[in-house]
Amino acid sequence: MFTVTTEPLSVQQLNDLVKRPTDGAVVTFDGIVRNNFDGRPVEYLEYEAYAIMAEKKLAEIGAEVQQKFAIGAIAMAHRIGRLEIGESSIVIAVAAPHRHAAFEACAYAMDRVKAEVPVWKKEFFTDGADHWVNQN
Amino acid sequence: MRVTVKLFALMREKAGTDTVVLDIPEGANLAQAMAALVRHHPVLEPYMANTRCALQMDFVDPETSLAAGDELALIPPVSGGV
Repeated sequence: MFTVTTEPLSVQQLNDLVKRPTDGAVVTFDGIVRNNFDGRPVEYLEYEAYAIMAEKKLAEIGAEVQQKFAIGAIAMAHRIGRLEIGESSIVIAVAAPHRHAAFEACAYAMDRVKAEVPVWKKEFFTDGADHWVNQN
Repeated sequence: MRVTVKLFALMREKAGTDTVVLDIPEGANLAQAMAALVRHHPVLEPYMANTRCALQMDFVDPETSLAAGDELALIPPVSGGV
């Protein structure tokens, strides 16, 4: 499953989705909204996506990760819209027969997402200011 | 011919719209379309150097030839995940 959604994400749902009887490991990454940006207090975030392309890129990254590592299934979900502090913005689940491949594949997939998937984050600070991350 | 350009994030806010329709010469390439976009929306010019372009949901080079009805998307530096 490779999805972009406005709905809250479930780590358990992705975990259950990827697990097979032959897997001895499932590694999940739960990316959550932080309460500060370099120490400046953040009130909430908004994520915007080119959703149809973002889902395509997530699927391509999933295929790339499966080629590169000895894993079973991988699933990734990115949430968009307004997110509060502590909510999950992205969940990645990787199942593999052995743990090392699952750890490495999960970290690699997250790095690829941050480089290639058309999703943008806007931070809204408690002082009323806001800014788009990595732009300007 | 007409092509559509989708804008996101800061560029969408600066241009004040999420979709721009460009009328460009038949056979124009992506670079020519982007030049036309900046003529219509000069406010976007400072962001173009760091922005990639997608055609039918894949990243493409400036030399890519366009066809009538193509849907382009400007992809400024992404910041998904956490």
